[in-house]
Amino acid sequence: MSVITLTLNGEMISGLTGQTLLEVIREHGVELPTLCHLEGISERGGCRLCMVEVNGRMTAACVTKANEGMHVNTHTEKLQNYRRMILELLFAERNHVCAVCVMNGHCELQSVAAAQGMDSVRYDYLSPELPMDASHKRFVLDHNRCILCTRCLRVCDEVEGAHTWELKGRGIHSMVITDLNGPWGESPSCTSCGKCVQVCPTGALYDQGSTVAEMEKKHDFLPWILGGRGKKEWNW
Amino acid sequence: MNRSELFNMAQVEQERQAKLRFRILSCASTPCLSAGSQDVFNALQTAVTEHGLNAEVDVVASGCNGLCSHGPVVRIQTGDAPDDIYEFVTPEIARQIVARYADENGADVSEHLIPADAPFFAKQQRIVLGNSGRIDQEDIEGYIARGGYTALAHVLREMAPEQVCDAINQSGLRGRGGAGYPTGLKWQLVRKAPSNKKYVVVNCDEGDPGAYMDRTILESDPHRLLEGMAIAGYAVGADQGYIFVRGGYPGAEKRLNQLERVIRMAEKHGLLGGRVMDSNFSFRIDIRLGAGAFVCGEETALMLSIMGKRAQPVPRPPYPAQRGLWGAPTLLNNVETFANIVPIILNGADWYANIGTEKSKGTKVFALAGKVVNGGLIEVPMGMTLREIIYDIGGGIRDGHEFKAAQTGGPSGGCIPAQHLDSPVDYESMKALGSIMGSGGLIVLDDTSCMVDVARFFMEFCVDESCGKCVPCRVGTMQMLRQLEKICNGSATMQDLEILEELCEMVRETSLCGLGQSAPNPVLSTLRHFRDEYEAHILERRCPAGVCKMDQVPVMELAEELPRRMRSASGQKEVA
Amino acid sequence: MLVTKQQSDYAPPATEDPRMDEVARAVKRFGYQQDALIEVLHIAQRAFGYLDETLLTYIARQMKLPLGWVYGVASFYHFFSFEPPAEHNCVVCTGTACYVEGAQKILDLLEKEFGVKPGQVSADGRLSVTDFRCPGSCGQAPILVIDGELLGRETPESTIARIKQLLANDKQAKEVAP
Repeated sequence: MSVITLTLNGEMISGLTGQTLLEVIREHGVELPTLCHLEGISERGGCRLCMVEVNGRMTAACVTKANEGMHVNTHTEKLQNYRRMILELLFAERNHVCAVCVMNGHCELQSVAAAQGMDSVRYDYLSPELPMDASHKRFVLDHNRCILCTRCLRVCDEVEGAHTWELKGRGIHSMVITDLNGPWGESPSCTSCGKCVQVCPTGALYDQGSTVAEMEKKHDFLPWILGGRGKKEWNW
Repeated sequence: MNRSELFNMAQVEQERQAKLRFRILSCASTPCLSAGSQDVFNALQTAVTEHGLNAEVDVVASGCNGLCSHGPVVRIQTGDAPDDIYEFVTPEIARQIVARYADENGADVSEHLIPADAPFFAKQQRIVLGNSGRIDQEDIEGYIARGGYTALAHVLREMAPEQVCDAINQSGLRGRGGAGYPTGLKWQLVRKAPSNKKYVVVNCDEGDPGAYMDRTILESDPHRLLEGMAIAGYAVGADQGYIFVRGGYPGAEKRLNQLERVIRMAEKHGLLGGRVMDSNFSFRIDIRLGAGAFVCGEETALMLSIMGKRAQPVPRPPYPAQRGLWGAPTLLNNVETFANIVPIILNGADWYANIGTEKSKGTKVFALAGKVVNGGLIEVPMGMTLREIIYDIGGGIRDGHEFKAAQTGGPSGGCIPAQHLDSPVDYESMKALGSIMGSGGLIVLDDTSCMVDVARFFMEFCVDESCGKCVPCRVGTMQMLRQLEKICNGSATMQDLEILEELCEMVRETSLCGLGQSAPNPVLSTLRHFRDEYEAHILERRCPAGVCKMDQVPVMELAEELPRRMRSASGQKEVA
Repeated sequence: MLVTKQQSDYAPPATEDPRMDEVARAVKRFGYQQDALIEVLHIAQRAFGYLDETLLTYIARQMKLPLGWVYGVASFYHFFSFEPPAEHNCVVCTGTACYVEGAQKILDLLEKEFGVKPGQVSADGRLSVTDFRCPGSCGQAPILVIDGELLGRETPESTIARIKQLLANDKQAKEVAP
């Protein structure tokens, strides 16, 4: 791997070939908000919060490889504004009522919004009527809180290997489903490992029995097991 | 089949046709079918049998003649004389036509004959559609008799792959799918990509609601597409081609079977498959079915669909020319682009480069529809003005209405108003006007259309077709639709218009793929040219074209409006 | 579904429906290649008219794909349907040319007369209305496809008349052959 140099917000920095812009930027202490990105699983490039300007053109940092001589700006006024607008769109899309959410206080969507200074939603709340699925004996799926980041799909497919989760429909009508759109509890492929619950950034997936602001999630197991197995860090 | 067998076959067919008294080509393309051309075809066949002319006359189901709004259309070829084309043919008239040509004393049918110098045909330059309507939809002999597969024979014998790419590059041909990327460059990229396996894909999904060029070329002159693909395969080093066709639309099954037969026919004659024309070049073509997703116009989504997955675009790079189908370099072009290859090889790159404007070479096929007199499939040289297309070829606006705008590029394009009627139609000037060339949909709107409602119509389409992967497109289009609906029902304020404009910019810049990036175009272009209509809706609460219902009021005014409505409902007089 | 319960969850469900054989043949014809899923779904929908759970499970097990994968692909594309088709189907083109020529008026009148919105089936299950973009007959707009027959230059009134005729014909046929 060779070293490359690029300009980040006016400063010369270095990175390695093969790294994504997001990795390089975060290594140099600049914080970019993300929701669909999660270390350990494949990139999706769907939430568009990590948009940066590269040589004047907008691109998502998580799916762009760092290249020699790039001029990257991460926090122009326009980018900040767009990030807030995207968050507003997310809050308006489904029924995100923090006050009664199990994840209140630990939610990634909530904390990203707070960090970006998004304090009000100017758009119409679409308020769709969405179901909840509490058929699983250990977990609950609440579509009202889902932001369709598909972390659950990817972790189930790539790490657990079960491919229980899938998206159905398209566009604004997309929803996460298990198997043939049946109840989660009756899914023949689900192993009840709970990885999907742990990687979910919002209160869409949570443990049965948790109440408001009780649920906390941990996904540092991902780099740990992937490093252990994938990079063979566990040698015994 | 080798070269000499090919020429032999062409000669035999030409001689057979020359011996006929006349040939009847009854249009069997979708628009004419919807006007009842199947009955016309049956009537023609019966009439020919009744006159005992089966041996001397061909009755053939042909492709599109172009004048779709005047269908069913029947073309008569008599020896060397120019063809006679009849419009609005019914089974009764079909019988009369046959009688007329069988013996000169039949009833007069000239009422339905289109004059040879009609501007609809005279002003067109038909290169891509050159065979369309003049040959049988399926038979390979008819195509070969008109010089088919000689371009492939020439390329295989006389040209190195590099030379083919150069020729296409010199011709100045640009992608006809809408974006206008230089075709030759794309071919060179794929040719140079290091890989043992490469693919050629033709996009015939055609999701633009109001365009049917690609399907019609595929129906009317399928062998030309196959030949163009084979040449492309030879040039880039691919041995497998896919035709990505829309499945599931009414009548699709029949068309697909037909296409399947056409491919098998070419394989049977050794023009496709292993060792094409006894050379070392092999090329197979398979059909892959789409199932109704506009987003498949995006190349990464299209390839995912070919691979049997959900068609959700993935970020580029890598481009398909580097990593496409199953990771192999893939050449992806539109039907019309491939249909241009054969004439370029046959007539030379310089000939092609002389047609059109400086930066946009060649011709463009448009599906002209809407409020024009002559709607249909037309082909004009690049650089022709919109006025010529709409008024000369299209015959002007129907029913004495005023021209208002021309919509090009479908849901990714925009509306061009009357003051720009004289601007030439090419990639650059369309872009400068806030629209795009697009794949070729050209819908003419008159003063009965409300431009805000047109924008709402296209936004509704984008909401429906968004794949849902990225937030700006999935939720942004929905929010834009909400704002447009509010404007159309009278409950919008100027603040809503501001929000709409801001959203347009954001969705355009931050969306993952072309669908989202171009979704705001219809709104932006109508705002640019018809801002007064938006303002009339909001400030005066009136729809200038009288289309929108305007039966709501802004939320902020409800407080005043409600008591007024209650009073009037209970019969009280309004207090000033 | 008793039969499947006895088998492994991952074997194709046993069935005696000859249409299933057609699907199985299709899977075989494509060499069990998983990328032919959309082609197989097309063939399955043609054979059955719609895709139900048994069928999707069968396809998934035959092609060795995860269940969710098959459902996700089938639900992404508008052509695939999970509901049994109505006796008669009226497709109204809502493409740009047909929109300009007043396709909405046809839809409005259909809703008024039969109480069916696009994508819905009438209460008696006899008529469904679908919107579709676009069959590519823009020169003859507005376009209808009634039970597979392509019709051009329709008006709201002629549409209603055609459908009423269609429904009445059924009634007569039933009376003749009880």
